[in-house]
Amino acid sequence: MWRHAALWLCGMRPGDYALLLVAVLATGYAGRHFWGADHPALAVVRAGGKTVASLPLDRPGRVQVRGPLGLTHIEVEPGRARVAADPGPRQYCVKQGWLTRSGAAAICAPNEVSLLLEGRRSSYDSLSY
Amino acid sequence: MMTEPKRVVADASDFRVARYAAAAIALSVAEAAIPSPLPGVKPGLANIIVLLVLMRHGWAEAAWVALLRVFAASLLLGQLLAPGFFLSLAGSVASLAVLAAATRLPSRWFGPVSLSLLAAFGHIGGQMMLARLWLVPHEGLWALWPIFSMTATIFGAANGLIVARLLSVDDKETAG
Repeated sequence: MWRHAALWLCGMRPGDYALLLVAVLATGYAGRHFWGADHPALAVVRAGGKTVASLPLDRPGRVQVRGPLGLTHIEVEPGRARVAADPGPRQYCVKQGWLTRSGAAAICAPNEVSLLLEGRRSSYDSLSY
Repeated sequence: MMTEPKRVVADASDFRVARYAAAAIALSVAEAAIPSPLPGVKPGLANIIVLLVLMRHGWAEAAWVALLRVFAASLLLGQLLAPGFFLSLAGSVASLAVLAAATRLPSRWFGPVSLSLLAAFGHIGGQMMLARLWLVPHEGLWALWPIFSMTATIFGAANGLIVARLLSVDDKETAG
C-alpha cells in the first residue's frame, strides 16, 4: 500500500506540490468569494413608504418609528437587526427575530413600518420567511 | 495541360499523431458515458494523451492531437457545431496556449503534474470565457467557478500523476 503510494508520488516535483497547493487555495478562495455569506451593511427603516432611517450594521443602535398604530422599535446590533417591538396585532415582524442576511426584510404591515437589510452587493431582491 | 498530381506522403510524425489522436478520441467517447452534473465537470482523460505527446514529441504534435480529438470526438458524439463543441474547442485552445508557455518552466521543478494542472485550469478558463461571452452572458455564471476550479484541481492532479507514471515506464524501458 505505502509502496504503491510512493510509486505514484515519485512523479511529483517540488514545483508540482507548490502548484497543487496554489490550485487548492485558489479553489478555496473562489468558494469563499462566490459562495460566501454576504454580510449586510445597512439596516434601512421605512415608514409609510418613505425611508426614515438608515443604520449602519457595524455598531449597536436603536430607532423608534411612529406609524398609524403607534411606535415601532427597531434594534441594531453588529451584523444584525430586528423589530424589537411593534403595536401590530399579529406581531409577525417581531417574531421574525434577528435578520442577518442582506436582502432580508421584516414588514410590520399594520403600522406601515418595514426593516430591510442591504448589503454592498445584494444576492436577492428581498428575503422573507 | 494537366498538372502533376501531388503526392502527400505521411511521415512518421503523421502516423504518431494519428495513433495518439485515436487514443484520445477513444478516451473522450468513453468518458462521455460517465454522467456529469454539469457540462465541463469531467475527468478530461484525453488530456493524459495530449500531455504525453507534449512531453514525448513537443507542443506542435500535442496541439494536433488535442484539436483532432476535439473535432473527431464531437463528430462521433453528434456534438459537432453544437455549443458543447465550441466550449470544448475554446477549452482546448486556451489549454494549448497555457501549455505553450508552461513548457518553458524549468522541468527540474515542474513536472507533468504542474503541466496537467495548468492545462486543466486553461481548459476551464477558456470554456468559462466563451460561456460568459456567448452562451450565458450573465455575471451569475461565476457562481459555478468554484466547482470548475475544484474539478480542475482534482482531475488535473490525477491526470498529471498518470502521465508521470506512464513517462516513468518510458524511462525504464529505454534504460532496460
